[in-house]
Amino acid sequence: MWLWFHKLSSPPYAYAVAGKLRPWFLWSSIALLLLGAYAALFVVPADYQQKDSARIMYVHVPAGAWSQGIYMAMAIAAAVGLIWRMKLAHALAASLAPIGIWITALALITGAVWGRPMWGTWWAWGDPRIIFTTLTLFLYLGYMALRASFDDVQRADRVSAVLAIVGSVNVPIVKYSVEWWNSLHQGSSVLKFGKPTIDASMLWPMYVMLLAFLLFIAAVACDRLRAEILRRERNASWLPSAHAV
Amino acid sequence: MTAITKTPAVSVGLSALTVTVLRRELRLALRRWDQLLQPLLFFVIVTMLFPLATSADQSELRRMGAGVVWVAAVLASLLSLESLFRPDVEDGTMEQWVLSGQPLPWLLLVKTVGHWMLSGLPLVAISPLLATGFAIPDGALPVVMASLAIGTGVLAVLGAIGAALTVSIRRGNVLVALLVLPLQVPVLIFGAHAVDLAIRGEAVVGPMYLLGAMLLAALCLGPFAMAAAMRISVES
Repeated sequence: MWLWFHKLSSPPYAYAVAGKLRPWFLWSSIALLLLGAYAALFVVPADYQQKDSARIMYVHVPAGAWSQGIYMAMAIAAAVGLIWRMKLAHALAASLAPIGIWITALALITGAVWGRPMWGTWWAWGDPRIIFTTLTLFLYLGYMALRASFDDVQRADRVSAVLAIVGSVNVPIVKYSVEWWNSLHQGSSVLKFGKPTIDASMLWPMYVMLLAFLLFIAAVACDRLRAEILRRERNASWLPSAHAV
Repeated sequence: MTAITKTPAVSVGLSALTVTVLRRELRLALRRWDQLLQPLLFFVIVTMLFPLATSADQSELRRMGAGVVWVAAVLASLLSLESLFRPDVEDGTMEQWVLSGQPLPWLLLVKTVGHWMLSGLPLVAISPLLATGFAIPDGALPVVMASLAIGTGVLAVLGAIGAALTVSIRRGNVLVALLVLPLQVPVLIFGAHAVDLAIRGEAVVGPMYLLGAMLLAALCLGPFAMAAAMRISVES
């Protein structure tokens, strides 16, 4: 187990492993995406209130869930890198951040598109999850901005790792404060927030989509990790000359 | 970081050390009194802008007063962060602190407390004046001051973490705001909410306890984050 862990932390090995895993992640995610999309569009009955527009939740919910998941994964990778001085973990954290930004943005955009016909507004200050997701987006952007302001990769790695850890401690506090803030103000009576209770026939495509998104994120993470390794190891001798810059 | 002995050359007790650092901090800051005034003036001017931009109506001012005072306090707390650690890092003092063998988290916390005494406390002191300007009833003024006193403490610790992270970046001023503001949102929410409840004459213990809890958490965990960031920033 530990041997495997150490092996994985060597850039050439990780580069090769990520390259081998990538097609598996990618093709299984494409297959599941097709299955999930078909089920969401044709199998699942239209919501009796929201009609067909409720179908966007099969994109919105996985994006929202994984925007938090990626942040936690990034913070854990950063902590591993900081504590055990494992450069590869830093590279992983660095490659997860842009994916997190896009997934979070996707959650916000699909939410706005869904909210427009349902709530009559693109944006509702009263919904804690919108505010929390937006703050998560700013945490990601701050992380990227901090990382970008260092020329030295190693220093960027370690400083941004501290930020990611501080952010992950703060995330639950922000989450609950935003939720309580909403319950403190008078609740909205026109707009109904909160997860609709879902019938099992509508639920299984959701699980399919959650898994499909996870596999897709993993596939993109493999790509980004490989690119990150190439960037960091561009002068290393293990690289074939075709890659060397 | 090779041959550093962990024992300090001159053994100083922690309390003596605390007093020394705090006195140095206050003395240095008081010599630059012009810089001390700037966040305070900023606080006053920003709160003045809101009535000018919205309305002079007393009842409307009272409704948004809590929010305005708190937003202005959060922004003012960001202003002076640039000068918190930078001078010490640039003249090498911080390097000596890192190498001194004294507990760095404690030293940085004491420094942050000194910083708060000169940047946070003046805001607390002047806040009743501004609150009265927003037609906030006299009965709510103690809550305004207490919530600001606790809240600016949390803001100072979070800001100090941001300052330690960006201290080796040339122009880190805007970046600090980007990093720190999302983390400061809970303080803003509960601080403004406590004042809001007080204005409406309701019990304020809930949000005040939460602010207190955040202060304790910040004081316990924050210094370690500051020290980790500072060690990385100083070594090169």
